[in-house]
Amino acid sequence: MSVLVFTENWDGKFKKLSFEIVSYASKLAEKLGTFSIALSIGNVEKTELERLGKYGAGKVINVSDNLLNILDNQVYSSVIAQIVKKEDAKVIILACNNTGKAIAPRLSVKLKAGAASCVSKLPDSIDPFIVFKKVHSGNAFANIRINTDIKILTLAQNSFELIESENHATIENLPFQIDATLLKTQVKEVQKLTGKILLTDADIVVSGGRGMKSPDNWAPLIELADLLGAATACTRPVSDEGWRPHEEHTGQTGKIIAPNLYFAIGISGSTQHIAGVSSSKCIVAINIDKDAPVFEVARYGIVGDAMKVLPRLVEAVKEIKNK
Amino acid sequence: MKILVCISNVPDTTTKVKFVDDFKRLDTTGIQWIINPWDELSLTRALELKDNPSNGIQCVTIAHVGLITTEPTIRKGLAIGADDAIRINTEPSDANFVAAQLAEVIKANPYDIILCGIESSDYNGSNVGGMLAEYLEYPSVSAVSELRIENGQVIINREIDGGKEVVTIPVPFVAIVQKGIAREPRIASMRGIMTARTKPIKVSEPITLDLFTEVVNFEMPKPHPTCKFIDPENPKLLVELLQNEAKVI
Ligand SMILES: Cc1cc2nc3c(=O)[nH]c(=O)nc-3n(C[C@H](O)[C@H](O)[C@H](O)COP(=O)(O)OP(=O)(O)OC[C@H]3O[C@@H](n4cnc5c(N)ncnc54)[C@H](O)[C@@H]3O)c2cc1C
Ligand SMILES: Nc1ncnc2c1ncn2[C@@H]1O[C@H](COP(=O)(O)O)[C@@H](O)[C@H]1O
Repeated sequence: MSVLVFTENWDGKFKKLSFEIVSYASKLAEKLGTFSIALSIGNVEKTELERLGKYGAGKVINVSDNLLNILDNQVYSSVIAQIVKKEDAKVIILACNNTGKAIAPRLSVKLKAGAASCVSKLPDSIDPFIVFKKVHSGNAFANIRINTDIKILTLAQNSFELIESENHATIENLPFQIDATLLKTQVKEVQKLTGKILLTDADIVVSGGRGMKSPDNWAPLIELADLLGAATACTRPVSDEGWRPHEEHTGQTGKIIAPNLYFAIGISGSTQHIAGVSSSKCIVAINIDKDAPVFEVARYGIVGDAMKVLPRLVEAVKEIKNK
Repeated sequence: MKILVCISNVPDTTTKVKFVDDFKRLDTTGIQWIINPWDELSLTRALELKDNPSNGIQCVTIAHVGLITTEPTIRKGLAIGADDAIRINTEPSDANFVAAQLAEVIKANPYDIILCGIESSDYNGSNVGGMLAEYLEYPSVSAVSELRIENGQVIINREIDGGKEVVTIPVPFVAIVQKGIAREPRIASMRGIMTARTKPIKVSEPITLDLFTEVVNFEMPKPHPTCKFIDPENPKLLVELLQNEAKVI
């Protein structure tokens, strides 16, 4: 028996997210009295694979093949399912991102394994196996019992601490026969977002709403983000109006994020917007209206005109950074 | 080509959720039920595709797993413009169960393009679409933000973590859709509401299946700590608190 964790790579590199899920899988394996195996698909150098060991993976399995250069949900789930069987994995962990959400449900049917998505802590009980996840877009949580022998979980981003150790993993390059007839997805064009901090990866996010008044007022917000190494985000009406790009739309129907720090500037705090940011560790709200609902979820608040507060805040951050 | 739009019936997204029976069940009193927002958008996109005859879409059908109480939500979809609907007459107890029920009726009466939403806004499951594709052994594309047909070929934009891809996929397939698939949900016209009353809803009986997962109980989020207000003239204090108290910068 083992716990298998699928670690996706981005151009041959892992991210914090990858180490979070390995840390989680390894702690869970400990609870189950077994060990964790990280599965990497694609071309990743040995030194990079070894990094997964530091977060507790007992073994790293590496599968690479040209057919795996395209994310085809059927191909990927068939590869992972075969390794689950080979390694007798009883719990499978994936990230709760686009890739994890694409593959986990297919694996669930293939392996007759109950699946729970965006789980946000270790199970309190192993037998019965009960996981905890948010429902109603963060307005409630559910404890869900998984009844099947094999269990599949996707882990919510930024919900589990990285746990580093002296552990070293053995690396196993697994030759693999891939069924080419399964590959149906053809990629015609790729547009990578480069040079920017990805909203879903960012530790700090600076976000603006309709209270920013006009697309021409964003300069101090962007300056604040740059100073803090933060990503920028916005509310739905702001992206609908074309003030900001659609990639920045955060909330129930946009991106769901969980940074350590979220600045909500000129944002009223509608339930649909908060649904996308309620897992943030700390929310700062700047709003001219002291009764804005956003202050109910904020840890720190400033009541004032964003146009006046933002430049002062930028100066304050600069001062501290220069120290 | 035939399009099937899978819809789930969810509480209005502004609902203040409450639970009853020792936090085992959602308190449904006073809840307004709506078509899951993503499903409303995928229905809109399906109808937009059908509007253009060169796309060759013959019909747009709604599929829903739910008891008779959810029929008003299905009628809403018919009023928006779907041609007909299938309801599988059972409580949608878990994602795998729902997907297996849907697969059963689709196998008996296949569709070329099957649309599911990225998640139901109540359970936030993100599971049914992928599971359905696997039951049907169809390819699936996830995080679909655009879907069009050019010379009979389906072209899809999907979001990947860190970018976008334009992909093609042969029919039949399942698309799991998200933001972008349509701009605004289409609204039912008066005529739509009238004709919806006579459009057919076919009722299928469920197959029996074991549940893979079950909700044990619900919990409410921890109350938020009260907000600490900082003088707008003194944002330096905020920066200090973020550094030394919250330790987030
Ligand atoms: C099904 C559905 C899904 C939705 N999904 C999303 C979603 O994913 N994301 C999302 O964001 N929204 C979503 N919405 C929309 C949501 O309901 C709100 O309309 C939206 O979040 C409001 O955006 P806002 O806070 O920018 O604007 P507003 O609500 O207009 O708030 C502007 C705020 O700015 C403040 N303000 C004004 N002037 C200043 C100033 N000079 N300085 C500082 N503050 C100022 C005001 O006091 C106010 O609080 C959804 C709605 C529906 C129905
Ligand atoms: N009861 C249901 N009947 C039909 N389709 C459903 C049902 N529940 C979920 N779906 C579909 O699956 C998608 C994702 O739902 P979920 O996996 O519950 O988050 C929804 O957007 C619908 O397209």
